[in-house]
Amino acid sequence: MIRDITIGQYYPAKSSIHRLDPRVKIVCTLLFLISLFVQNSILGYAIATVFLAVVIKVSKVPLKFIVRGLKAIVILLMFTVVMNLFLTKGGEEIFGFWIFHISEQGLRTSVFMAVRLIYLIMGSSLMTFTTTPNSLTDGIESLLHPLNRFHVPVHEVAMMMSIALRFIPILLEETDKIMKAQIARGADLESGNIIQKTKAMVPILVPLFVSAFRRANDLAMAMEARCYCGGEGRTKMKPLIYKNRDYMAYTVTVVYLVLIIGIGRFVPFKLWIF
Amino acid sequence: MEMVQAKELVYEYEKRDDEGNVIGMNRAVDGVDIDVKPGQFVAILGHNGSGKSTLAKHINAILVPTGGTMWVNGVDTKNPDELMHVRQSAGMVFQNPDNQIIGTVVEEDVGFGPENLGVPTDEIWTRVEESLKAVGMLEYRTHSPNKLSGGQKQRVAIAGVIAMEPKCIVLDEPTAMLDPNGRKEVISTVQELRKKKQVTVILITHYMEEVIDADQVYVMDGGHIVMHGTPREIFSQVKELKKYRLDVPQVTMLAEELRNRGLDIPRGILRREELVRYVTELKEKEEKSHVN
Ligand SMILES: Nc1ncnc2c1ncn2[C@@H]1O[C@H](COP(=O)(O)OP(=O)(O)OP(=O)(O)O)[C@@H](O)[C@H]1O
Ligand SMILES: [Mg+2]
Repeated sequence: MIRDITIGQYYPAKSSIHRLDPRVKIVCTLLFLISLFVQNSILGYAIATVFLAVVIKVSKVPLKFIVRGLKAIVILLMFTVVMNLFLTKGGEEIFGFWIFHISEQGLRTSVFMAVRLIYLIMGSSLMTFTTTPNSLTDGIESLLHPLNRFHVPVHEVAMMMSIALRFIPILLEETDKIMKAQIARGADLESGNIIQKTKAMVPILVPLFVSAFRRANDLAMAMEARCYCGGEGRTKMKPLIYKNRDYMAYTVTVVYLVLIIGIGRFVPFKLWIF
Repeated sequence: MEMVQAKELVYEYEKRDDEGNVIGMNRAVDGVDIDVKPGQFVAILGHNGSGKSTLAKHINAILVPTGGTMWVNGVDTKNPDELMHVRQSAGMVFQNPDNQIIGTVVEEDVGFGPENLGVPTDEIWTRVEESLKAVGMLEYRTHSPNKLSGGQKQRVAIAGVIAMEPKCIVLDEPTAMLDPNGRKEVISTVQELRKKKQVTVILITHYMEEVIDADQVYVMDGGHIVMHGTPREIFSQVKELKKYRLDVPQVTMLAEELRNRGLDIPRGILRREELVRYVTELKEKEEKSHVN
């Protein structure tokens, strides 16, 4: 189960998307997410699909990987679809039985909501797949740099994030080990109702936390030993500098955004096929 | 000038009860004098809890002495203005390879130290490349540290220290969590570095085989330095070492046993070849006496 979480993982490959400046990828991902919510037409979703498909193709990340990230939201997805399906009223009723009524509007909304959620996850996981956690945090740090003036510890937060990302696989492995160790001691993690299952997690979480704190302590010492003392006076091994391809990526995304908004507003394209 | 010098060094940890109240002091290091000359290879031995790590942390100014003084490269570690200088001149490699790698990519981790020192970007890259080459990890530069073996991780950690161009490297049981291959890998990397870069090396270890090339050996017990000398001098005193719950290298032990059985072999043999030579000599002598 734990292994299914692919969000936040990096997929190493040599593609033009991988080479983009992380700031570009963050901003463009945000623009893409916005684009999903400012329109609501089939043509709009078609353009979004084409855009996403092209970017995935260019990124050389296998579709399989990106889809695997969706597993984490299956329940949320089903919940949204069902809720929208039955609770949205409007338009003709297509299906009715006892208290269940599905309207045309409901069907539309639920399908669109599902597509939106799926694209949202695919878009953002594509960003993390193509950006090393470190350059991601570099990007965030650089984008949020202006907040420094309001005494937001931007560098420190970015450092914490990058360390957290580095330790996720280590802690996952450790969880696995502890689980096996507890099972070997006769712990029963599978059976029982939800309360029993939760209780069974305690002997796993306690050693996990103890070890996480020990690691944190060791790491802090190792960082200090290597002269770390916050963001001041620090230089960068990989400073962020915009290149031509980054401006191009911005242009393409902005054109896409304008197109999708324009279509939603001005093209009276009403063709509902289900 | 001495590279590392400690004079009557004392360090006390606060002893706390379950509620976190201080109930007393625990002297982890008690009146220690050490003297390390530039370029030397110094080993520190001692069983668990004898205060080795506490002493090592003073060399890097992670801990500041409760009493006495520690000079690193001529600088008193108590002086807060010189903190960065001390940490730059004495790098430190710790026991657990996972808990000291900060970067998510090998080269970024090696660049972490120089970044903190404010080294210009171009120079960081040359330093990273050189350090990775020096530990033989250049081909792994874009790999994730999570996928490396323990020995490789420790070599990356060593590269991360070298990239800061220290005069001295302190290694606190760098091989304790490694398999025999990883141990060899790390120790031979350290030896290479010593030859190539003339860095001073202070090695804390439980493995006696790693100590035989040292210029001097310190043995700690209960926070004190209890023995000090060349490896040969130290390992000649098997009984004394036993008292401090320390082993000697297997060859030394074997030679000692043979000596106890009446063979004419000197004390403090450190290498297999030495023992072989003495035993063959004895055999030849015996054959000669038979002929006569
Ligand atoms: N953070 C700490 N707080 C309190 N006491 C400590 C702390 N670290 C070590 N000590 C105590 O100081 C003494 C010396 O510990 P130290 O870690 O220096 O030993 P060591 O020789 O490195 O042992 P090992 O071989 O296990 O690494 C021990 O009695 C230990 O319990
Ligand atoms: Mg120790």
